Amino acid sequence: MTSQNTKTEMLSGAAMVIRALADEGVEYLYGYPGGAVLHIYDALFQQSKVKHVLVRHEQAATHMADAYARASGKAGVVLVTSGPGATNAVTGIATAYMDSIPMVVLTGQVMSHLIGGDAFQETDMLGISRPIVKHNMSVRRPEDIPYLIKKAFYIAQSGRPGPVVLDIPKDMTMPNEKYPYLYPETLKLRSYNPTAAGHPGQIKKAVNALLQAKRPIIYSGGGVIMGQASEELTALARKLNYPVTNTLMGLGAYPAGDPQFIGMLGMHGSYEANMTMHHADVILAVGARFDDRVTNNTKKFCPHATIIHIDIDPASISKTINAHIPIVGLVKPVLAAMVAQLEQKKAKPDGQALDSWWQQIEAWRSVHGGEYEQDTPVLKPQAVIEAVSRITKGEAYVTSDVGQHQMFAAQYYKFNKPNRWINSGGLGIMGFGLPAAMGVKLNYPDADVVCVTGEGSIQMNIQELSTCKQYGLGVKIINLNNGYLGMVKQWQDMNYESRYASSYMDSLPDFVKLAESYGHVGIRVSKPEELEPALERAFALKDQLVFLDIHVDPKEHVYPMHVPGGAMHEMFLSKTKRT
Amino acid sequence: MRHIISVLLENESGSLARVVGLFAQRGYNIDSLTVAPTDDATMSRLTLVTHGNDQVIEQITKHLHKLIEVVKLQDLSESAHVERELMLIKVKATSNEQRDEVKRCADIFRGQIIDVTAKTFTIQVVGTSDKLDAFIEALKGSAIIEVARSGVSGISRGEKTLTL
Ligand SMILES: Cc1cc2nc3c(=O)[nH]c(=O)nc-3n(C[C@H](O)[C@H](O)[C@H](O)COP(=O)(O)OP(=O)(O)OC[C@H]3O[C@@H](n4cnc5c(N)ncnc54)[C@H](O)[C@@H]3O)c2cc1C
Ligand SMILES: Cc1ncc(C[n+]2csc(CCOP(=O)(O)OP(=O)(O)O)c2C)c(N)n1
Ligand SMILES: [Mg+2]
Repeated sequence: MTSQNTKTEMLSGAAMVIRALADEGVEYLYGYPGGAVLHIYDALFQQSKVKHVLVRHEQAATHMADAYARASGKAGVVLVTSGPGATNAVTGIATAYMDSIPMVVLTGQVMSHLIGGDAFQETDMLGISRPIVKHNMSVRRPEDIPYLIKKAFYIAQSGRPGPVVLDIPKDMTMPNEKYPYLYPETLKLRSYNPTAAGHPGQIKKAVNALLQAKRPIIYSGGGVIMGQASEELTALARKLNYPVTNTLMGLGAYPAGDPQFIGMLGMHGSYEANMTMHHADVILAVGARFDDRVTNNTKKFCPHATIIHIDIDPASISKTINAHIPIVGLVKPVLAAMVAQLEQKKAKPDGQALDSWWQQIEAWRSVHGGEYEQDTPVLKPQAVIEAVSRITKGEAYVTSDVGQHQMFAAQYYKFNKPNRWINSGGLGIMGFGLPAAMGVKLNYPDADVVCVTGEGSIQMNIQELSTCKQYGLGVKIINLNNGYLGMVKQWQDMNYESRYASSYMDSLPDFVKLAESYGHVGIRVSKPEELEPALERAFALKDQLVFLDIHVDPKEHVYPMHVPGGAMHEMFLSKTKRT
Repeated sequence: MRHIISVLLENESGSLARVVGLFAQRGYNIDSLTVAPTDDATMSRLTLVTHGNDQVIEQITKHLHKLIEVVKLQDLSESAHVERELMLIKVKATSNEQRDEVKRCADIFRGQIIDVTAKTFTIQVVGTSDKLDAFIEALKGSAIIEVARSGVSGISRGEKTLTL
């Protein structure tokens, strides 16, 4: 004991925060300084293991950390000051929460003895963040800091991932008060112990149901991406030769170029994916949560299907749609167990039924097939995405904001790998795209990182062009400029007789000049023939941020689109056609 | 359907707020709530009465389970259990006739008179919530001044337990 004690390092609370992050393997910390966290910033300054990225707005720090987590599977880390710093981070915490993304957010707080007294820059961050975190905690004794940071990472990254907030009163970080530092290697909590492997009996039942299916479909979601189970999913799907559809959050889990892939499902899903779902007799839902953007009217949802649902969170199961065969567990081991059972059984699915099912699916595929008007004098946004997909061979990291451009990116970029499509599905937050692209580019400097955005969304965090300059982040911004809050306009066209209440973006900046003023390259594209050369040039400028301001057809709508209140198979297919 | 859910909760600051917040945030009902430490100082036991259809109750228990500080929980109403609530009720009792009537009523409900003044009686009644409701109903004739109820606490019968 004594010999160990003499070796134990004595560190201040502030130094412990940074040291614990280093011991956790954290390379980048995204943040913004302020009074309550100055001791921590000083400790950061005095070491070199953990690097700090100074954003221009705390929201961007949270999105950078979040996007790093989406690309790498590991928690991103944020450091902000109390009061305004913490409240500016709230939107980003909610974004991560809605999409189950692991994140650790360290928020400064006023001195403990001032808490509750409306002190300068005091906000009850534990109270504010409670409904949008997986967990939150505050430091009450400096010596608990290593344990609390370990606990924050453990909770954020295990089970159903999510953001964890750790509130740190300033007096917990006093530079001259030192305490023994020891970073726990592992942690066990009696009150939190998520299941990993699924119940073997349930898995067996699921395999039997799958083998008996005549009209099967695999519906996979964000859980397969964050659960790193794309390989297992692909193996299972190939073994069975069943069609696969992905949610918006699940794109890339199954290669888009593969014939078994039938596209995204849901509100803006492909015709064939929605038809296949509606007529299926067995649905294998993997790490997906039957969101309302997917199911449309739950009362009319897939009336013929036996539903198998694999999810780590029991609360996701039978929440909106009743699951006949629930399996609580991580997708990776559960899918692996299913593949193993199929191999062992040597049983094959009903080949004849499957043949005619595939014939039916191919017929559906030919009905719409993502068609849009070709050879138009104005650029079509879909054509832009297809060109980007082609040039980057479906291998770029693509982040997006929210709106029509997001849906076009999801529909027309052919994602062949997981963790490459990075967007806000659950919260649907405009302003996510640019900081997200930055978070990815910083951590994957050699990869092509594309931000697909709109002239509305990009302006929600445009100040980050400055951060990009400081850290040399050569992301490619594809601004699908339609001069409108296009998604809003589409709804106004369809439901409000084209009364465009505040959906027109008047007095837009000159984005090319704006990019240049930040020291980046700006290129305007207004004619179809300018597109390819501009993209070639942009991607050739490896280390530069290139802002492509691409003027696209303002009248375009996103199709297919679910008929409100209808079943999965009820869709508008164009401005004039519906099922 | 009415359900009584008992929860063992880590005795940490903010854990109670998390439980209450969950109900507010997700629009679940709380009919009553009691919370106090157990024989183990690191844990509190919380008992809440709620109502909802099976699907809602299933979501409530699942979401309670998800809270990091929830150690264990049990839906007491799913099996044989004992439930009790305590009520202190202050009534106006001035005339002899009134005082006799209140006393008689308290006797029937096995209530105890725990405070007396020239003008008031305070009675303590323990029982199921229904019994307390009935007692209030029975006293409706006399003037009820104040009611303080503890909320329901409960425990399952026999071998079944909610312990670590
Ligand atoms: C403008 C707009 C339009 C949209 N249109 C569509 C649309 O047409 N189609 C569509 O699909 N979405 C659409 N969305 C997104 C939609 O709102 C939801 O975010 C999305 O459908 C949810 O995806 P998911 O079901 O894959 O769940 P996620 O939110 O990704 O949740 C993952 C699920 O998997 C579980 N999980 C996580 N990790 C694991 C693991 N390791 N093992 C097991 N389980 C795990 C979680 O508990 C959770 O239940 C749209 C969003 C916007 C903003
Ligand atoms: C922060 C935020 N505010 C409002 C909305 C509602 N909203 C969804 S899409 C959209 C329009 C987006 O416009 P733009 O970025 O130009 O994209 P487009 O649809 O034109 O491609 C709006 C306002 C939102 N999703 N996020
Ligand atoms: Mg727009």
